[in-house]
This record gives sequence, structure tokens and C-alpha cells, in this order.
Amino acid sequence: MELITPGLGLIFWMTLVFLALLFLLKKFAWLPILKMLKDREDAITDALSSADKAKEEMKQMQFSNEQLLAEAKNDRDSILNEARKIKEKIIEEARVKASEEAGNIMASALENIRNEKMAALTELKNEVGDLSLDIATKILQRELSDPKKQEEFALQLLKEIKLN
Amino acid sequence: MRRHFQSFARFSYRTVILISLFFFFHGITSFASARENVNLVPASDSASAKESKEKKAEVFNAGDMIMEHVVDNHEWHILEIGHFKLMIPLPVILYYDGKLYSFCSSRFHNEERSYNGFSLPEEGPGKGKIVRTAAVPGGPKVYDFSITKTVLAIFISAFIMLFVFISVARAYKRNLNKAPKGMQSMLEPLIIFVRDDIAKSSIGEKKYEKYMPYLLTIFFFIFLNNILGIIPIFPGGANVTGNIAVTMVMAVFTFILTMVNGNKHYWVDIVNTPGVPWWLKLPIPLMPIVEIIGVITKPFVLMVRLFANMAAGHIIALGFVSLIFIFGAMNVVLGYGVSVGAVAFMIFMNLLELLVAFIQAYVFTLLSALYFGLATIEPEHH
Repeated sequence: MELITPGLGLIFWMTLVFLALLFLLKKFAWLPILKMLKDREDAITDALSSADKAKEEMKQMQFSNEQLLAEAKNDRDSILNEARKIKEKIIEEARVKASEEAGNIMASALENIRNEKMAALTELKNEVGDLSLDIATKILQRELSDPKKQEEFALQLLKEIKLN
Repeated sequence: MRRHFQSFARFSYRTVILISLFFFFHGITSFASARENVNLVPASDSASAKESKEKKAEVFNAGDMIMEHVVDNHEWHILEIGHFKLMIPLPVILYYDGKLYSFCSSRFHNEERSYNGFSLPEEGPGKGKIVRTAAVPGGPKVYDFSITKTVLAIFISAFIMLFVFISVARAYKRNLNKAPKGMQSMLEPLIIFVRDDIAKSSIGEKKYEKYMPYLLTIFFFIFLNNILGIIPIFPGGANVTGNIAVTMVMAVFTFILTMVNGNKHYWVDIVNTPGVPWWLKLPIPLMPIVEIIGVITKPFVLMVRLFANMAAGHIIALGFVSLIFIFGAMNVVLGYGVSVGAVAFMIFMNLLELLVAFIQAYVFTLLSALYFGLATIEPEHH
């Protein structure tokens, strides 16, 4: 029964070759291969997780970008609104000021005019008084004997004349 | 006509390869021996006694033929057409009576089948075993350390493995952290399979790394030799994993590794199995004996399973071939008729063997890993 009797020489060679194979392959093949496989798996896992992280960050960034944009838009709108308001206010103020100024000017002009008129009238009155006195004097010098009576009469007349 | 020529051309091409292989490995000695064999063909006018002896040898014996192919041999038979034998004679290394003898096995190619005081009988009970020609009972024994067919096949597969896996390791270094290429991508799934589905699942995440080189080596050694065993021509065709000495060595390695790495919990479970009534242990250590038998049975079963599966595969394939010749001896036409079915069955068996080649490598590796896992399991705290 050679089939089921292990041969001594074969056991010897098999042990020798198998041990040599085991150690050589362990040193030059299995350990490097297993290490690289593990490294590669780790690298792939890392790459995938960092890609996920990057994606998440991108999303976050996009979100914040949108937020910023919206904020900027809001800011711009509010600034524009404010500007418009300010513009209107300025215009309003300017208008008010202008009309006020105009009113003032008008008022002062009217005052001036009145003053001038009054002055002119006063002057005119004085002048007219003087003139009429002169005239009356000249007229009455001859007609009235009593100058005193005459002056009284002229004053009375003058008072009666109201120049308003 | 043209087709005929093509097949002839292909045939001659194959012959050239065979012959060159044969020169490459063993030089001219085998050719000389083949010539010798050719010269041994008796002429038509030779003695009738010799002729009848030749006839007797011609009778086909399926059992002998199958055994011859399945067991180890001192020569590697490649081809046999009539009396022309193409074979590789292998070196014989003997240790006898404190001395080493080494010579080529083709030295036995003579009438007496003996050389230098040793003989290699071709038939009889001591067939295929080298013995001292004039052996005295109780005298020194012959220890045969020859490079036999199986040993050469082991060498060849070891070289193939070294070449393949070292180049694969280099490929890993070359394209670091990149997708595998070529041979690397063919072997990577198997390596990962051994790592994830065999080692990690049976030994556990923490300890599996230590056993990986051993598991990978046995897995690929068994797988490669199973596959090479299916290929009928040199350098395949040797029945390496179907040889009990080979499976025994691997089973013993698994056994030694289990013993060396067994932790306290493992040994306590064997010597003092928990959860078993005391009377099974104390006066007669029944339970420890059963456990120790179990420990020894495990590698024994490993050895027998692989050996029996692979040897059986070879025997079945050869059995189908034998069928053709058995029926052919009865009637030539019957032989041809049977050959159709036999070849069909052989193809089927070879395909089955391809599956078995993988399954047996897987089972041996998985069971080894399971034994390591059992030996290193951490005790559960209840």
C-alpha cells in the first residue's frame, strides 16, 4: 500500500521546501503585499472621507456664499433705499429752505419796499409840507396881514392832510 | 489535405517544445536511455519464450497503470509510444549504513534493475522502492532521499510561486496605491479572499495578521499543485497534493502552529473541560482523553481529506482512460465506442477537478485558520 504510506524522503524534501518557501515568500512577497494592500485600502478610505469632507465643506461654502450674497443684496437695497430717502429729504429740505429763503427775501424786500416807501413818503410829506408851506407862505404873504394867524392856519391844514 | 498538413505542423511544433524541455532539464542521458529502450525491441526472429514474456507484459492491467501514475516515481514518464519511452530520469540519493550514495535513476535501466549494490524492482511487492540487492534481514536499512517525481514537482511549484509572488510584490511597489495590473490583479482577489474570508473571519481582526503568511502559502501551494496535477503533461501531472507525505507535512505544520500558539484558555479547555461532570474527569480522565484525541484527529483529517480528494480525482480520470483500453482489448470497435463516452466523462471530471482544486485549497486553509482561531480565542467572561 504505497499510496497511503508516506515516504521518508518525500517528507524530508517537502518539509525543507515548504519551510524555505514559507520564509522566502513571507519576507519577499506576503509581508510587502499585505502591507501595500493595507496601505492602499487606508489611502482609499482616507481619500473617500476627505472627498466627503471637501464636499461637505463645499456645500457649507456654497451656503455661506449664498447667504453672503443675499446679505449683500439686502445691504445694497437698504443702502439704495436710504440713499433715495436721503435724496428726497435733501431735495425736500432744499425746497423748504429755498422757499423759506425766497419768502425771507420777499419779506425783507417787502419790508425794504415799505421802509423805502415810508421814507419816501415821509420825505415826500416833508418835502410837500415844505413846498406847500413855501407855496402857502408865498401865496399868503400877500393875502394875510397877520402872519401868526396864517401859520396857524397852515399847520391846521397840514394836520388835516394825512398821507396814508 | 491542407488541414492535415496543419495538424502535422502543430504536432511537430509540440514535439520540438517537448524535446527542448526535456533537454533543458536533463541533458542527453534520458535520450540515451530511450535509445536503449528502442534497441531492446526484440527482432521478429528472437526466441519464442522472450516473445511470450513480452506478450504477457503487454496485457493491460488498469489497477497497476493507475497506481503507477498516482504514486511517486523515480522517473518522470512523459510519453510512451510502443516501446519508445520519453522520460526524465531523476537523481537518486540514498543513505545506507552511514554513507550517502547518489546517482542517476537511469542507472537502473538494465536487466537486473540494479546498480552499485542497490536495486529498484519493477514488479512484485517491493515495486518502485529502492532496496539493497543482497539485503540481510535485520541489517541496515536504505533511507531514500531521492529527488523523485513528486519532489521535483514540489521544487517546480515552489519556484513558480516564488517567481510569481515576488514579481507581484514588486508590482505593488511599482504602482504604489494604484489599481492592480496584470498578474497582480489576477491574484489580488485571491489574496484578499484568504485575508478577509478565511483569516479575518476565523481568527479575528486582532490576531489574524500573524498567520497570514502561513495561510497564504498553504492556500497557494495547494491550489497551484492541484491545478498542475490536472495538467497531464510535464511540468504538470504529478500527483503532489494527492500524496499523503505532502499533505502530512502541511497538516503537521498546522498542528505545530496550533500547539505553539494555543493560549491558557485552550489548554484548560482540553485538560479540564468546563461544564462537564467531575466524574468524567477525575478517577479516569475520560474527557481529557477524548479532547486529546480530538486535537490529534483534526490535523489527521486535514491530511486525509486533501490526499483522498486529490488522489481520487486522479484515479477517476485514469479509470476512464483505462476503460477505453479494457474495452479495446475485448474488441477494437467497442474500444472506440467507449472512448467517446470516456472522453466526455473525463472532460466533465476535469472540470469538476478544477472546482475541487479550489475547494480543497480553500477547505485546508479555512480549517487551519479555524484551528488557529480556536487555539487563540479569548475566554468569554460570563
